[in-house]
Amino acid sequence: MRKCSLDKLDLVFAEIAKNAELYLPVDGSDGGAVYQKWTEGTKRSEKLNTVKSPKDFFFPQTEDLMAFKTEGKSIDVIDTRKAAEDFVVFGVRACDVKAFDVLDRVFMVEPQDSYYTTKREHGVIIALACNKPSETCFCKTFGIDPKEPMGDISAWETDSEIFFKANNEKGEALLSKLSGLLADCADDAADAQKEKIDAIMDKLPLKGLTTEGFGGGKTEELFNRPEWAELSESCLGCGTCTFVCPTCQCYDIKDFNTGNGVLRYRCWDSCMYSDFTKMAHGNNRLTQKERFRQRFMHKLVYYPENNDGLFSCVGCGRCLAKCPISMNIAKVMKKMGGKASE
Amino acid sequence: MNNVAETLIPKIGVITDVRIDTPDIKTFRVVTRDGKKAFDHRPGQCAMLSVPGVGEAMFSITSSPTNEEYMEFSIKKCGCVTEWLHQAEVGQEITIRGPYGNPFPVDDVFAGKNMLFIAGGVGLAPLRSVINYCRHYRDRYGSIDIVYGSRSKDDLLDYKEIIDEWATDSGVNVHLTIDNAQEGWDGHVGFVPNYVKELGFSTDKTAVLCGPPIMIKFTLEGLCAMGFDKTQIYTTLELRMKCGVGKCGRCNVGSKYVCKDGPVFRCDELDELPDEY
Repeated sequence: MRKCSLDKLDLVFAEIAKNAELYLPVDGSDGGAVYQKWTEGTKRSEKLNTVKSPKDFFFPQTEDLMAFKTEGKSIDVIDTRKAAEDFVVFGVRACDVKAFDVLDRVFMVEPQDSYYTTKREHGVIIALACNKPSETCFCKTFGIDPKEPMGDISAWETDSEIFFKANNEKGEALLSKLSGLLADCADDAADAQKEKIDAIMDKLPLKGLTTEGFGGGKTEELFNRPEWAELSESCLGCGTCTFVCPTCQCYDIKDFNTGNGVLRYRCWDSCMYSDFTKMAHGNNRLTQKERFRQRFMHKLVYYPENNDGLFSCVGCGRCLAKCPISMNIAKVMKKMGGKASE
Repeated sequence: MNNVAETLIPKIGVITDVRIDTPDIKTFRVVTRDGKKAFDHRPGQCAMLSVPGVGEAMFSITSSPTNEEYMEFSIKKCGCVTEWLHQAEVGQEITIRGPYGNPFPVDDVFAGKNMLFIAGGVGLAPLRSVINYCRHYRDRYGSIDIVYGSRSKDDLLDYKEIIDEWATDSGVNVHLTIDNAQEGWDGHVGFVPNYVKELGFSTDKTAVLCGPPIMIKFTLEGLCAMGFDKTQIYTTLELRMKCGVGKCGRCNVGSKYVCKDGPVFRCDELDELPDEY
């Protein structure tokens, strides 16, 4: 483990930024935290987490896929993919790091999505332990420990110091470039901070939420449950939950006529939208109940069934904070499966 | 970077023939610019066709893999992409990528079996690939029965091929029906599920169904009433798709993705999926 004092952190950032673009959470104009490129003087946000998840770095909200030139009856396909540049993201929380595992199992299985994969290969994640987990947090429900964030490098922060530990070669390579700024320290140097985090986790309201009753093989048991009607009743179908979600990966592919050709891009889409499954000949999910059910069944049953029991929720709590009608996955889980302890 | 394979980036296909099958179905012949097939496929697999600026959609490949010269797509006019294709002329280029999905198990499960194909309307399109595959390797299969129905005689797809080629093959029985009586039609009149019941097939066959959902539902019930087990019956599904490779999430039903785990399913496998396809 290596460390430096917090007042030297800007020097660390400057050193990182010499070789790669560095992104970190800063306070946005609307008060929420957003990831932004670091430049000299950039002030890091003290908020627990960003409004949107860092999935944007690998799976951007909109992304050009290719272009076409058409002339008469002829079409040319233009491969617009660019070589990815190395970049570093600082301050990713344990839940969001785990969400990359969820996305990797979608985009990096054959046939690999080259857009996602190249960005993933070029990104270094410095994960930061959560000193102040909030009442919307329930990462532990999914086996994630906020005091042990993974990523290429794990980091812990105290009032005066920050500690770094490399988890793989990519992380080690970055830390070795910072050796002039970091001092070696004992592996248990951050233990006192970890204990403080544990103490907060113990008091969180969603602490007892369990995945009991969910997982692969539960389709028959859960799909036709009457509770879906009541739970989905007030859902507006706005899709906010899917847009802030670090694991939602549904996307649309669209063509845009530039006047000078056609740009084919992809953009995030939402299974909560009424036209998500609508085709020329019909729609297999006609009501919001069906669309609502699909989102939660996918996260809690279908995805784990296909991915060795890994749930497609990391308990980041963004949907709890952002849903305009206060419906969320924690409420669904309480109603349909395991109970939160009193 | 550009040498990394990317399934979403299509090839160019050239439409070399357009056949008008019915008032709303045309069959398009597609090859690459150098006159070859865009890729090899297995019966039942699909391809993503697109018209840049209009959209991209999944279509079953209606030609058999045994056709080594070109691919064919029978396409019903019913949305943006299909309407655009219907006004396309020979020489028009489109984009093509694939093949996608699981094929019919023609070389193992179907081998040596008596085959019963049941199609309604444009549902014949995906079955034509497997029917012509079985006809090509005729000695690998037992008897072949084909039940095909549509709204009217003008709506029967590939009618000439059915009469001139399929019906004259030895050991191939073709049973055609149209929904309502019509002048110039002396064949059977009535819906496909009822016709299947009237014909009354022995249960030593492997059945393959494709057509409108309502036709599949009642035909499946009819076959089961005749004593068929669902493990003997195959069908192919259609849901909205964007990526074709199980990532965009659109065709997800239960733990399956129709684009990669289907579109071909054995009917007992469908029973394990939630009822929303």
